Amino acid sequence: MPVYRLIEEFSSDAYKVFEYVDSIYDRIKRVEDRVKAFITIVPKEEVYSYLETLLKRGYNSGSYPKLFGVMIGVKDNISTKGIRTTCGSKMLENYIPPYDATVIEKLKSVGMVIHGKTNMDEFAMGSTTETSAFYPTRNPWNLDRVPGGSSGGSGAALAAGEASIALGSDTGGSIRNPAAYTMVYGLRPTYGLVSRYGLIAYASSMDQIGPMARNTTDLALLLTIISGHDQRDSTSLPLHSIDYLKALDELLYKEPRLRIGILKELFEGSDDGVRKVTYSCIDKICSYHECIEVSIPYTKEAVAAYYIIAMAEASSNLARFDGIRYGLKVPVEGRNWVDVYTEVRTKGFGYEVKKRIALGTYVLSMGYRDMYYIRALRFRRMLKEKLDAMFSKVDVMASPTMPIPPPRLGEFFEDPLKIYLADVSTVIASLTGYPAINIPAGWNGLPIGLQLISRPLSEPILLYISAQLEERTKLRDLIAEV
Amino acid sequence: MEVLIGLEIHVQLTALTSKLFCPTYSSYRGGSPNTYVCPICLGLPGTLPVVNRRAIEYAIAVAKALNCELSDRIIFVRKHYFYPDLPKNYQITQYDGPGFTSIARNGHVKILINGKTKIVRIRRINIEEDPGKIHYIGGIEEAQYSLVDYNRSGVPLLEIVTEPDMSSPKEARVFLDKLIAILEYLDVVDTALEGSFRVDANISIRDYGRVEVKNINSIKDVEKALTYEIVRQKRIIEQGGTIARETRHWDDKKGITVPLRAKEFEEDYRYFPDPDLPPIKISTEMINKIISTIPELPDQRIERIMVQYGLDEYRSTVLVLNKWLVDFFEECAKIYSNYKRLADILITDFLRWIKELSLDLKKFSVKPQSIVKLLELLDKGILSIKMVKELMPHVIKGEINIDEYIESKGYIRIYDEQHLEQIILEAVKENPKAVEDALKNPKAINFLIGEVMKKTSGKADPQKTRDILLKILEKIRDMKR
Ligand SMILES: [Zn+2]
Repeated sequence: MPVYRLIEEFSSDAYKVFEYVDSIYDRIKRVEDRVKAFITIVPKEEVYSYLETLLKRGYNSGSYPKLFGVMIGVKDNISTKGIRTTCGSKMLENYIPPYDATVIEKLKSVGMVIHGKTNMDEFAMGSTTETSAFYPTRNPWNLDRVPGGSSGGSGAALAAGEASIALGSDTGGSIRNPAAYTMVYGLRPTYGLVSRYGLIAYASSMDQIGPMARNTTDLALLLTIISGHDQRDSTSLPLHSIDYLKALDELLYKEPRLRIGILKELFEGSDDGVRKVTYSCIDKICSYHECIEVSIPYTKEAVAAYYIIAMAEASSNLARFDGIRYGLKVPVEGRNWVDVYTEVRTKGFGYEVKKRIALGTYVLSMGYRDMYYIRALRFRRMLKEKLDAMFSKVDVMASPTMPIPPPRLGEFFEDPLKIYLADVSTVIASLTGYPAINIPAGWNGLPIGLQLISRPLSEPILLYISAQLEERTKLRDLIAEV
Repeated sequence: MEVLIGLEIHVQLTALTSKLFCPTYSSYRGGSPNTYVCPICLGLPGTLPVVNRRAIEYAIAVAKALNCELSDRIIFVRKHYFYPDLPKNYQITQYDGPGFTSIARNGHVKILINGKTKIVRIRRINIEEDPGKIHYIGGIEEAQYSLVDYNRSGVPLLEIVTEPDMSSPKEARVFLDKLIAILEYLDVVDTALEGSFRVDANISIRDYGRVEVKNINSIKDVEKALTYEIVRQKRIIEQGGTIARETRHWDDKKGITVPLRAKEFEEDYRYFPDPDLPPIKISTEMINKIISTIPELPDQRIERIMVQYGLDEYRSTVLVLNKWLVDFFEECAKIYSNYKRLADILITDFLRWIKELSLDLKKFSVKPQSIVKLLELLDKGILSIKMVKELMPHVIKGEINIDEYIESKGYIRIYDEQHLEQIILEAVKENPKAVEDALKNPKAINFLIGEVMKKTSGKADPQKTRDILLKILEKIRDMKR
């Protein structure tokens, strides 16, 4: 059931929440063994007692919080007080944060229930959820396929019906990629729209928390809750909160005609099947809006620049994991700190993480930083200028979210470069900090997603087109059989 | 052999109440280990730094007071190195290089050396966070294990770096005295707090390698460590050796420097702008607002003291560099006008006793009136300079009431000139022969003065006695004509 329906239902009878909780836990019981969407599942009794507290408080005050009882899956790199937060890594296997991320405080303030922490690529480094130190997550639509990543657990939990809505995080495409591969809606907000406080950093200048949902309305609903200025995040934009549902309704009422740029290279560079499905999807609204072909002629450079910057920042952000204050513990008796640090980091990090730390260290080192890091930053500035120029002609730019359908499990390890290059569409929004959305586009045996990028703070526009497409494709509230 | 000394000073902004990037209370001294901490200064995953605006304002005030050029933006960078006292394994600091900038550059401080003014240039000032503190159980060499206390982690620091403009340990000390005075006038740091003012010194003999001496924890030790290092380096050079570029550790117990590690290449700290901290613009408005809050600084005050009280540069400087002392001086000067005598007594006996009694200037309260009273008694000849020196510690400690004390010791109230004149007239009557002699020979007056002294048990002021006696003799001479 969509979240907006749940809200109506619980507002007429709050006690229906327990039936709903039971149904989600039943579903988890039936499918989780095969899907593995979660790293941690909160015991049902705890959810029950939390809801009872909320009910009591609601009974006393005469009103219940707006999203009372809605069960949300939260990516395991978002700090949850008292709930283990592993980042998909051995390093943090037993780490229980003593504080809540800002977004978690917001979820709790509207009565939402965090019933599980979803699986992810280790420290969000990956696009298949296979680098998770615990186990890979499988795509509920085809268990031989990956669900995408790094927020693969969140996408899979939605597609498998194990959560009503989910939070992901997107650095180079980590929301949009799994959303595309699991047939759900996923939004990467404008950089700074959602507080990063409590999000365990991968690449700080690109990390953004964002909503994932089975329909556009729910997506707008969750974005409304999590967005807004936060004094604890210096990169948070100083803006008043916006009601995205209202903004969406207004746009749907006015139905403005927009100009949609069709990103030529990104369609041409995609698999035949992907191209066909995404073309025919966008075509459904091209008679109403105006679609024109546009071009970004340096897509490969964008991928390179993205990886250089992300790895450089990651090598810095992940330095703090040394096993002293939290995280993996190793024997320290009679050893010096260098030995201890070395063992902690050797055992605690997986191969992909170590690779990115090593490369990130390299590109920031004296003698190489100008060649790699500084050049990547220059490219990033240039790309932003290019995009700004294009946004003077079009309102949004469309492309396939992923140029290939969901890979088979193991493919990533056979040909990592191919999988890196599949980030070609998503990294553009990441490098520039502009908002982008994945909209389920259709099937080619497997889920295929369409991506739209827009100007900073144009989330309402993205939601508007998403809603229009959703109306035409009817690809909403889908749950896989598993 | 020309000596070149440059200093790197770390100053904690102890006047601030919270840390540089989190709301944790920053007056951590005396707290149990790891109690002045929060997820941010412990570097917990997911936490983010938010700049303490007051720290920026203080840094700008210091930069202005040290005559620096200010940057138009504040850019924080990450300096990477693994060390257990560094929770994130990088320090948020600033870097002066292409693409980056320190908050301030190219300043200078004036110092007075042997009556001459010298300029010490300030290369740059950075704002940064202090790391935590490692405790070696049983000493750094014997310790089986060490413990980390993060209370200090994230405390706001200024790093002030000079050019190698000082040529002797004394100059280094004089510079540091001046710097501390400036910082205390700005009221940004209480340098009396342990570890709030830390100095590393770069020292070299011209044309030889540069040695960095770390871990110098007091100004007295700066002079000692530098003196030791100069002797050591000169001896090596005299014996035909060379000075290796290295970092040495000052062992304050043994009074020697010991090698820490050879510096063969510059460590690669992989500086890059902290993506969690967007650059902060420093507006002219902000600067002007801060400048308007800067109080009178030592250089201005030295000039004013010279003009207003007619003191020389040396006396004015000594007074002004001790803010408490010069404030006290100016209080006294409101009710006492022999400024030179006042200054002299304050910068010598008064200051010496305060140091000797290890009194905390901020806590004890000697009244200007007490010191002025002593000086007035001195001026009137009731007390000799010797007595003033003896009474000084008792007055400072507030142990005695001067009037009662003088009474009890039987000091004659001979500031009453009439009383003194009577005693002198008696002596004149009793010694007609001596008077005859004195009328002929001015030197013979001393006999009469001696008689007066006898009568007063030495408590009469010799100068006054002489003045009065001369007047009396003059009258006698007139009558004889
Ligand atoms: Zn703190």
